[in-house]
Amino acid sequence: MNTITIPDEMELVYSKPETITDTPLHYCPGCTHGVIHRVLMEVVNEMGIAEQTVGVAPVGCSVFAYNYMNIDMQEAAHGRASAVATGIRRVLPEKYVFSYQGDGDLAAIGTAETIHSVNRGENILIVFVNNGIYGMTGGQMAPTTLLGMVTSTTPFGREQSAMGYPIKMTDLVAQLPGAYYVTRQAAYTAATVRKLKKAIEKAFQFQTRKKGTCFIEVVSNCPSGWKMTPIEANDWLEKNMLPMYPLGDLKVPKE
Amino acid sequence: MIRGTVHIETEICKGCELCIAACPQDSLALSSNINRKGYRYVELVQDNCTGCVNCALVCPDSAITVFRQSKSAVRKIVSASV
Repeated sequence: MNTITIPDEMELVYSKPETITDTPLHYCPGCTHGVIHRVLMEVVNEMGIAEQTVGVAPVGCSVFAYNYMNIDMQEAAHGRASAVATGIRRVLPEKYVFSYQGDGDLAAIGTAETIHSVNRGENILIVFVNNGIYGMTGGQMAPTTLLGMVTSTTPFGREQSAMGYPIKMTDLVAQLPGAYYVTRQAAYTAATVRKLKKAIEKAFQFQTRKKGTCFIEVVSNCPSGWKMTPIEANDWLEKNMLPMYPLGDLKVPKE
Repeated sequence: MIRGTVHIETEICKGCELCIAACPQDSLALSSNINRKGYRYVELVQDNCTGCVNCALVCPDSAITVFRQSKSAVRKIVSASV
């Protein structure tokens, strides 16, 4: 890490955690993937569990997540991150295991793996980054794309008659008995980032209880795919994505 | 007022301006210079930073490090003014 000298009579209040590598991120300007990576790794660093944590990277924009997170990582086939995480957790039951997946990965090709992993109550954390689009391949429609939303494969907006309704994976998963902690968060303002960090902290702590799957959806943006500037994209997210995907806890353990 | 400052890693800044929108003091602005990748990077343009950390929290590229006046320095100023 580059050394930064602390100015006179000042103290350090915030710097990126040691568990984030110095590799520059390949994400587009304004993409919240970077924020979510950092918040995850901050929690791992603060809990002192970097040696005991294994992450599973998906296919999608965050396919190179293993380059940025300075912990043990495993790459999974498209949509199968939760299945791979299941295997890792079963073989190494003392490790903290999380999978990091996008909406094309988790809600389309990996629907079966996700639902069954949660239904089995695997003791893993699934981080689901939902930006309503296939960002990596050029902004095609994803299952989570909003009705009327313009993407490169729905140039006149998504129509219900031809393409169906957007899928709310988090609401689906919250009904399953294997789910222990299910929440929906965002990462587009400082306040939401703070809340996201608290949610991730809780989810890692719950893993030691071995009571079921923790599932965190993060409503995210895609400035390149949505064809907006990052600030416009965040405004659009607040006005359009949040009414469809309201933030908050969907399932909290009793006690 | 508590004073703070930020250090911006200009080479990894992509000029997305999210920190500028998040800053309650309007301390940050895009530079007229560009970095090696061709992005206009963000710089501290005013001396009114309070070290609130909002910019660093929303920065996707973890380019911002935040410093704040240490408690001992604040105490010194307060005792001098009394």
